[in-house]
Amino acid sequence: MSVQAPSLSRWIGIMLKEFIQLKRDRLTFGMIIGIPILQLILFGYAINSDPRQLPTVVLMADHDRYGRTILWALRNSSYFAIDRVVQTKEEVNALLAEGRVQFAVTVPENFSRKVARGERPPLLVEADATDPSATGNALAALGNIARNALARDLQGPLGVLNPGPDPVELRVHRRYNPENVTQYNIVPGLLGVILTMTMILMTGLAMTRERERGTFENLLATPALPIEVMTGKIVPYILIGLIQVAIILGASQLLFEVPLLGSIPLLYFCVFLFIAANLALGITFSSIARNQLQAMQMTFFFFLPSMLLSGFMFPFRGMPEWAQWLGSVLPLTHFLQLVRGIMLKGNELPYLWPHIWPIIAFMLGAIGLGLLVYRRTLD
Amino acid sequence: MNLAIDVEGLNKSFGDKHVVKDLALRVPRGQIFGFLGPNGSGKTTSIRMICGLLKADSGRGTCLGYDVIRQSAEIKREVGYMTQRFSLWEDLTIRENLDFIARMYGMKNRRGAVNDALEALGLAARRDQLAGTLSGGWKQRLALASCMLHQPNLLLLDEPTAGVDPKARRDFWDELHRMCEQGMTVLVSTHYMDEAERCHQLGYIAYGNLLALGTARELLASHGEPNLESLFVHLMRGAQDVFQ
Repeated sequence: MSVQAPSLSRWIGIMLKEFIQLKRDRLTFGMIIGIPILQLILFGYAINSDPRQLPTVVLMADHDRYGRTILWALRNSSYFAIDRVVQTKEEVNALLAEGRVQFAVTVPENFSRKVARGERPPLLVEADATDPSATGNALAALGNIARNALARDLQGPLGVLNPGPDPVELRVHRRYNPENVTQYNIVPGLLGVILTMTMILMTGLAMTRERERGTFENLLATPALPIEVMTGKIVPYILIGLIQVAIILGASQLLFEVPLLGSIPLLYFCVFLFIAANLALGITFSSIARNQLQAMQMTFFFFLPSMLLSGFMFPFRGMPEWAQWLGSVLPLTHFLQLVRGIMLKGNELPYLWPHIWPIIAFMLGAIGLGLLVYRRTLD
Repeated sequence: MNLAIDVEGLNKSFGDKHVVKDLALRVPRGQIFGFLGPNGSGKTTSIRMICGLLKADSGRGTCLGYDVIRQSAEIKREVGYMTQRFSLWEDLTIRENLDFIARMYGMKNRRGAVNDALEALGLAARRDQLAGTLSGGWKQRLALASCMLHQPNLLLLDEPTAGVDPKARRDFWDELHRMCEQGMTVLVSTHYMDEAERCHQLGYIAYGNLLALGTARELLASHGEPNLESLFVHLMRGAQDVFQ
């Protein structure tokens, strides 16, 4: 029995062949360049784990001196962007539920007078804590902001009030997630992330598999219409998606005890829309890609910004405006709002609609593009 | 004359490669037309243009009375196309493959048609075997059965017998002639000269050009060649001189 010695020239031959094949696959080559650039830009410029300028609404019952001082201090801290002033508690609740504001500050009646008297009036700060990472730093800074703001005003004869207890009693309400449980945010988010990954990938492979194995030619030779092929191929994956949802929701109840305040049919309606949008995109990728590897690369190329720019991993409001704009195109961004809205806030359809239509628009766009690129012939 | 295929001036280019040049073809109904020519001569492209899988760059004509450029949907419904490479689903069983194809053509008596096809093929006993596990000869028979399932009026067969043993090839051609007698038209490409002899008409294509057209006897007589094999080589040499 002879044992073959490893040969350098054979080894070089294999290496060269690999280089040549890599060079031929344009898309792979593009990904080699594209992925690092995408990651650098997203990680480098868009992601910010210390979000500032968070939209804040103010309910002012007292327009006197100290109330304004505190608002100025909040604004100057750069954490709070006070862009709305409302008159009623109902308006505050609606804005928080819709997710239009991150914080609501309530300055009670006779605030300034009570401060001056040393009665330590309450200053109520409510935070939308469905995403603890978005509110954490701002809330941590809050105590100092209030204390320092009044310290400057309470000098001279009133300086005696400075040491000792704070001049106001800061009441922080973490709405929808009072115990600041990370899982309340992550588990509903994972629902969207997992669906995005599996739905796009599986349908992405569905059509390219036909192409790669040569069965696509047979399919094309039959009278089957593009719309029949595309929609027919989607259905099994919708079922798979719904099973995944059932598993994740079950686990979120049993293992993580995430509340489910809203209606389950409404949740499933949103899930269904989201699945459909992702599948439409997957089928479109599938029509563009020449083989299964390319379909997988395209999926990854879409998945990466979905993870990073949707508000799943990093607070959405921490990103620069261009990144937020980009993020609002992604269905996952809106789905996260929908799921958190239904599960944690118990929102109903009117509050959800602003995040439903962008998903529908995305889906229609993806289907349109898919029909456009679906090759009816072998050209 | 009642023509199943009547096309002229068909052209197709991929990039700057002119694959089929001014193809003109007339195939009467009920005949077997043999498509001969070296590899890469444009046979497959021509067949795909006729059945609507590829859109011709220019040219006109009809297939089964339908316009080859505009009515590819109608043509697909009445044509059976057997691809050069096995293109049925290897992870479906024989019966599942046939059943799927029957559904694609919207056949009314689907189960009956599939069962008949299985019986005729002699595959009834192996109906639940995965198509991918069949040998080459059986795959070819299955492919033929599937493109015959919807009872097409025209069969386009792209090298259907490549890699099939002689006995199976002979059976296959006996079957083709039987179908022809029932009025089926067949356009078949092949590299086997014994198969070419069994065609009613032959067309010889090289470098995208149709070089010769006629019955085997006519072609042999006009070129003064003793058999089809030497005719093939003769034509190919001539084409090389002209086109290269």
